[in-house]
Amino acid sequence: MGVFRGVGILQIHLSEFDRALLEGEEGAAAQMAMRILHRMLPVFGVDRFMDISAAHIDSTVYMGVATMEYAERLADLGAKVRVPSTLNVSGVDEHGWKEWDVPAEVAGNAIRQMKAYESMGCIPTWTCAPYQTEHAPVFGQQIAAGESNVIGYYNSVIGARTERYPDLLDICAAITGRVPAAGLHLDEGRKGTELLRLKDIPVALQEDDAFYPVLGHLLGRQASDGIPVVQGMEVQPNEDQLKAVCAGGASAGAIALFHIVGVTPEAPTVEDAFQGDEPPLVKDITMTEMMEAYHELSTSSGQKLDMVVLGSPHFSINEFKALAPLVAGRRSHEDVEFLVTCSRAVRMIAEHVGLLDPIREFGAKITVDTCPLTSPMLPERIKHLMTNSAKYAYYSPGLLNVDVTYGRLSDCVESAVSGSIEREEGLWTA
Amino acid sequence: MDRVINGEAIIPGQASGVALASTEPVSFWGGYDQSSGEIIDRRHPLSGQIAAGRILVLPYTRGSSTSTAILLESVRAGVQPAGLVTDRADVFLALASVVAGEMYEKSFPMVAVSRDEFELIQTGDEVEILDDGSVRVSKK
Repeated sequence: MGVFRGVGILQIHLSEFDRALLEGEEGAAAQMAMRILHRMLPVFGVDRFMDISAAHIDSTVYMGVATMEYAERLADLGAKVRVPSTLNVSGVDEHGWKEWDVPAEVAGNAIRQMKAYESMGCIPTWTCAPYQTEHAPVFGQQIAAGESNVIGYYNSVIGARTERYPDLLDICAAITGRVPAAGLHLDEGRKGTELLRLKDIPVALQEDDAFYPVLGHLLGRQASDGIPVVQGMEVQPNEDQLKAVCAGGASAGAIALFHIVGVTPEAPTVEDAFQGDEPPLVKDITMTEMMEAYHELSTSSGQKLDMVVLGSPHFSINEFKALAPLVAGRRSHEDVEFLVTCSRAVRMIAEHVGLLDPIREFGAKITVDTCPLTSPMLPERIKHLMTNSAKYAYYSPGLLNVDVTYGRLSDCVESAVSGSIEREEGLWTA
Repeated sequence: MDRVINGEAIIPGQASGVALASTEPVSFWGGYDQSSGEIIDRRHPLSGQIAAGRILVLPYTRGSSTSTAILLESVRAGVQPAGLVTDRADVFLALASVVAGEMYEKSFPMVAVSRDEFELIQTGDEVEILDDGSVRVSKK
């Protein structure tokens, strides 16, 4: 069918349950959700639905009155989710927004939207790293997930199966328990589309946390919306490093699934990643490409610094463990804000094990439920950001009208202390 | 010089306007100002252009799942593109039109055309989208 997938040509096959939903037998909200899914089925290029057993809802992000009205329409119609459904970030830190410059009207609307999704029976995780909570899915599980980094992580790192669900559709899938039987849900949709061979990338760089956001950014740039297969990784990345690849790949590109040979579960070998086929495209990735990606993540060449932001995707316990000793006994410069975003659950655990005390004494603030990309929380004066996240680096200039510098975690801390940007770039010039 | 391209109506409907075209995909989240219709992805070739009321010609959306919500907000604010021409059946863009129809009875047409023909449409061309998925292009 080529690129058009045969919209309007297919004979649609509905199950009895699908028909019951469509005819309103399961209530008006389920009917509206199925009506939207039914309109979308041909756009996915397939003729039937399939079951899911979990969902992750990104429709929670407050973008304005329309997203609130959509949530409240479904809630008012009596919507209830049929599968366990975690919630992504919202538009405000529900209990902490007054610490920042969030307009009261936005906070009020965003909280109304939060309450609407909670009323549908969703699990109030309020995080863009649900895979680092107890609600993480398992290998092979069929899911409907929104939020691009979550889609990447579920598919690539866990081997669960979700298509790229846009906001507004993920909740329809959760309410009906049904999704188009398409794409990444199916074996054939998970085959690699190009082989990227790492050539002469120093092991010391591969062992450094700063490598992974850049690798993600490069995958997004190289493979666009394909399924890149990375060969030649000489170390076993940890879960936070893989999370950084997912976020980078889903920002610079639309990477919903990647395979790293010998690392991710569907790619023990190159042959497995391509399901026995020859790679349609092979490219070598050298330090030249890595350096290019590294430089692309920064839009500033100066030293000015107003704020450090960490935690996109939301910080994990292990990331707090890495940060705490770097800041212990020190103070952030008085002109530099320092923000870490995480989930309520991770903050609570970090609090109870004493990780947050040195971080707060350093002068940092902790925000939950949201992040500066989805909450209008930053003061006007913030013009120069620094981050260790490829996602913050990619989106901040457009969304926040700031310039941004990408650096490793320790660079972010040292810069916050001195008040101007400092980067240890030895590994990048090797 | 007029030319008619036979595309596929992803969301059937009629619209006409001046093309705003790029072969580079855009992420609406962080790339489209929902209150003015300006393309605000500063890394994108169309940065600074206003897409409201135009026929927006983009291969597909990139990146975040939130692109659909941004486009829906732009419909509510009245600054959405008049119609979209893509080179594939883009789920994120199509959904915005479906939900805009459901919530506000304001869906907008979307047509997918082949890559070769997609590249023929340039910024400034007069473009008309018809119900059957055909796209009439008058070069500027």
